[in-house]
Amino acid sequence: MAGSYANSGEYIKHHLTNLTFGQKADGSWGIAHGADEIAEMGFWSINLDSMAFSIGLGVLFLWAFHRAAKKASSDAPTGWQNFVEMMIQFIDESVRGSYSGKSALVAPLGLTIFVWIFLLNLMDLIAVDLVPWIGGLMGLSYLKIVPTTDPNITFGLSLGVFVLVIYYSIKMKGPGGFFAELAFHPFPKYMLPVNLILEGVTLIAKPVSLALRLFGNMYAGEMIFILIALMYGGGIALGIFGGFLQLGWAIFHILVITLQAFIFMTLTIVYLDMASQTDH
Amino acid sequence: MNFNATLIGQMITFAIFVWFCMKYIWPPLIAALEERNARISEGLAAAQRGQQDLEEAEIKVKESFNEAKAQAQEIINQAQKRANEIVDEAKDAAREEAEKTKAAASVEIDQQITAAREQLRKEVSSIALAGAEQILKREVDAKAHAAVLDELVAQL
Repeated sequence: MAGSYANSGEYIKHHLTNLTFGQKADGSWGIAHGADEIAEMGFWSINLDSMAFSIGLGVLFLWAFHRAAKKASSDAPTGWQNFVEMMIQFIDESVRGSYSGKSALVAPLGLTIFVWIFLLNLMDLIAVDLVPWIGGLMGLSYLKIVPTTDPNITFGLSLGVFVLVIYYSIKMKGPGGFFAELAFHPFPKYMLPVNLILEGVTLIAKPVSLALRLFGNMYAGEMIFILIALMYGGGIALGIFGGFLQLGWAIFHILVITLQAFIFMTLTIVYLDMASQTDH
Repeated sequence: MNFNATLIGQMITFAIFVWFCMKYIWPPLIAALEERNARISEGLAAAQRGQQDLEEAEIKVKESFNEAKAQAQEIINQAQKRANEIVDEAKDAAREEAEKTKAAASVEIDQQITAAREQLRKEVSSIALAGAEQILKREVDAKAHAAVLDELVAQL
């Protein structure tokens, strides 16, 4: 399948590049045609494919669950209703297990994170060449289907969680309490700068680790799918071998994508729980 | 890793989705689940109550059955007793009657015996008289000898 590319490196690079829209070096706005142009666009550009798939899948999730929510009743559930209720129960149990406070936000947040990230990750199981090929037919130079292999998406999620962590910390402990937690914690008060650095790193590490864990797993997974796909260009024997590899990796990946979604959700709940605990 | 405005776009999207989920998806579903939970536990409690009631009713049925049985037994016993009494009474009455009849019969017999004796005596006395008459070949004055004859009769 790598036939239309100059070499494997280019093939891989192509499959891992986003469709980016922004201001080009010459001042006009448009879609970037290569890594150099993307770099030139700087911060004020947007990855159209990531955003589109992310919003599309999010809307799909909300639509599907909202349909069940509208029909929600205490009668015997059927079909989709059943599945949605199972999810709700699963999330509710996770939240009850990890979050000690009472909040109307945490459980829906957990549900959104889990299902949305799962759907984003699920795109990883679509054949790596299919979507770029369709994109090519539509005249798009790049089309990366898995939004969670875009660090913008994972950091967008984790920073959203980070904002909530800070919000909850200040709301539950007050600004002074939050500062005290950062400044006076591991060591006595006279070591304040050291405390600040230590606790600051701990605090910053939360969103960074959340985002990088998800991004790293999905990016690596996608990379391996691409590498396996490269084998299809290497003759029949290698191609068949690659087919088996792909099947095995895809099956393994079903576990990974679910697990990553679950880890992201659980850690979010745990971080929020830590943020809203007043006594240390 | 190129960071660009996608980051901000994703954060905004995230916020909107979470808000939507919090507002329109989570509350009705969790409410329905809790309601169902309540209904199920209510149903289970009702079932347990029903079970308990059934057990109690069974015990009650058993009790009243036993009571009825005891009562029936008592009635039977009473009836039997009464029957025995009636039989005894009847026996006593019959015996008394028999005795009475017997007594009456023996009195009658005695009377008859006495009458027969009287008759016999009279006949014997008349036979004796006739014999004596024949022996004497003459008529005895019955009137004159009545006292003697009566004495004779009394001796018989």
